[in-house]
Amino acid sequence: MSEELIKAITEMREEDALKITQEMLDAGTSPLDVLDACRKGLDAVGKCFEEGDYFLPELMLAGEMMNQITEIIKPKLADMPDRERHGKVLIGTVEGDIHDIGKNIVSFMLDVNGFEVLDLGVDVPPKKFVDAIQDFQPQVVALSGFLTLSFDAMKNTVAAIESAGLREKVKIMIGGGQINEEVKEYADADGYGRDAMAGISFAKKWVGVK
Amino acid sequence: MTAQLTKEEKFEAIWQGKLSPKGPDGNPLPFQSPEAEKAYKDRILRFKDAIEMKKLPDRVPVTVFPSMFPWKNAGMTVEEAMYDYGKCAEAFQNFVLELEPDVHWGAYAPGSGKMYEILDYKLYAWPGHGVAPEHSYQANEGEYMLANEYDALIQDPSGYFTHVYLPRVFGALGGFPMLPFLPGILEIYGLPLSFIPFGLPPVQATYKALFEAGAEALQWIGAIGGADGALATFGFPNILGGFTKAPFDVIGDTLRGTKGIMLDIHRRPDKLLEAMEALVPLMIGMGVASAQQTGNPLIFIPLHKGADSFISDEQFKKFFWPTLREVMLGLIEEGIVPLPALEGYWNTRLEVIQDIPKGKTVWMVDQSDMVEVKKTLGKNACLLGNVPSSMLNLGTPQDVKTYVKNLIDTAGKDGGLIICNGAFFDEAKPENVKAIVDATKEYGAYK
Repeated sequence: MSEELIKAITEMREEDALKITQEMLDAGTSPLDVLDACRKGLDAVGKCFEEGDYFLPELMLAGEMMNQITEIIKPKLADMPDRERHGKVLIGTVEGDIHDIGKNIVSFMLDVNGFEVLDLGVDVPPKKFVDAIQDFQPQVVALSGFLTLSFDAMKNTVAAIESAGLREKVKIMIGGGQINEEVKEYADADGYGRDAMAGISFAKKWVGVK
Repeated sequence: MTAQLTKEEKFEAIWQGKLSPKGPDGNPLPFQSPEAEKAYKDRILRFKDAIEMKKLPDRVPVTVFPSMFPWKNAGMTVEEAMYDYGKCAEAFQNFVLELEPDVHWGAYAPGSGKMYEILDYKLYAWPGHGVAPEHSYQANEGEYMLANEYDALIQDPSGYFTHVYLPRVFGALGGFPMLPFLPGILEIYGLPLSFIPFGLPPVQATYKALFEAGAEALQWIGAIGGADGALATFGFPNILGGFTKAPFDVIGDTLRGTKGIMLDIHRRPDKLLEAMEALVPLMIGMGVASAQQTGNPLIFIPLHKGADSFISDEQFKKFFWPTLREVMLGLIEEGIVPLPALEGYWNTRLEVIQDIPKGKTVWMVDQSDMVEVKKTLGKNACLLGNVPSSMLNLGTPQDVKTYVKNLIDTAGKDGGLIICNGAFFDEAKPENVKAIVDATKEYGAYK
């Protein structure tokens, strides 16, 4: 039945996925195995997205299916199990900008690609990034921004990381609406990604994942 | 009488009206000089020729379509531009007079902060209300229409907006849900019952807020519209007649939100399609009413959630394009020129969107590959763009000049090109913005 659940999630059959989850649990399948199948389904959706077959409607529906299945399983588990992770990524939309669609896609894709992601949300001041680097100890920091004001906000954020003495500890990637290589140079970041896939490759390269 | 005109005659009538501008008193607009009058008419015809693609204009037209740049560049905060209408209009006037573009788009972007306060507008954060004084307003994305409300929207869009949507996005319109069912007001029997709601304090408070908002809007348009009139006397026309939207973006931007509409593609595709069809006549009507009110021929259509990375090509063809095309054809039928803006990247959509009547539209291009756009969409439509925001902000005037020259060489040889920035910008070096106009005048002449 695990295979059926993976298939239902991959093929965007939401009702079937929830029904199969319930049937698996009723048949005595361990909640951990259900969760594992669910994650495999999500991985497959992530692959389809990477290959350009799936887009936002599928990513968002997969996320919804995962949330609903987790809600069903949670009461049956003492603790949600930890997954093995490649590394940590700190992400947020820079100060002054409240756009979050692009950031959320990158967060989601980093998660399904095995990264532990701490998302600071939108309109994040430089100091909050600095504090979070100290607490969370990420290898990668991802700055998102949609408006032209984000050019300076990104530069200021990188500068704040530098003056806190943390610049050598992290690699910084940027992306969003009007961001390009020129802005990367201006902000003194390490990489610019046009889409979520580019962000994943940077993160993988920087933490040494094949 | 206008109903008898063909769409071609309506098109000509709007442009001819634009070429014979009237002042506020209804008399012909007094130009500053005969040179200003000639420049005004030349500029309008330059745009018209580029759009129609029938004959070459005397040179490639040029314009700059900024967001908050004119005010930030004048040393104002966005907050000042939104609250001090006189200063807002004056700064914009100076911006255009110094820049000398062929056409401008008016000082409408900041809007009236005071009016948003009166209405307790919740859909956007603006300076002093969720963003810093120096920053532009930004949308508070949310699910302002619930998934189970599609039928209500489809059956009676105006009723849905009045009773459900508007009270959600304007805190001061809380009385609207109490309003009577207006099509039920039919005859004398029971009539007083229908009017009871208008006596209730929440409804009266709502109307009071509307009166105040209306008065504020009149203050605002007095200043902002005044800038249009003044600039016209100096020879700089505004040809923007207003805006409308693609039905997919209406639902995806401000009704269901991005997440809502993306999920609806899978969960309730038929309802989504039906709702978009129901919105088509309303979006045409919105553009037509606004073009008639202003007398200006172009209707702007910002395009958002059909860009390359949002949905698949199949989803684009099924959900995004058909109703957008219907809206554009409806505008064209009334002689209006749709100005859709391809915000972000639209490289995978070009084959689909080139299916439009030739010489009737202008497309603002942001980061799509201009050479490819020219080969496809550009066969049928005038393109407007696409100097990048990053270059305006971080580059040099020479970078801009080189970029503009290259654009003219690759996409402008046979007409159908207007030089402009590619995306709305708040920050830029003024010398780079000026270089857009100077470079076009230097390199853009047709022999």
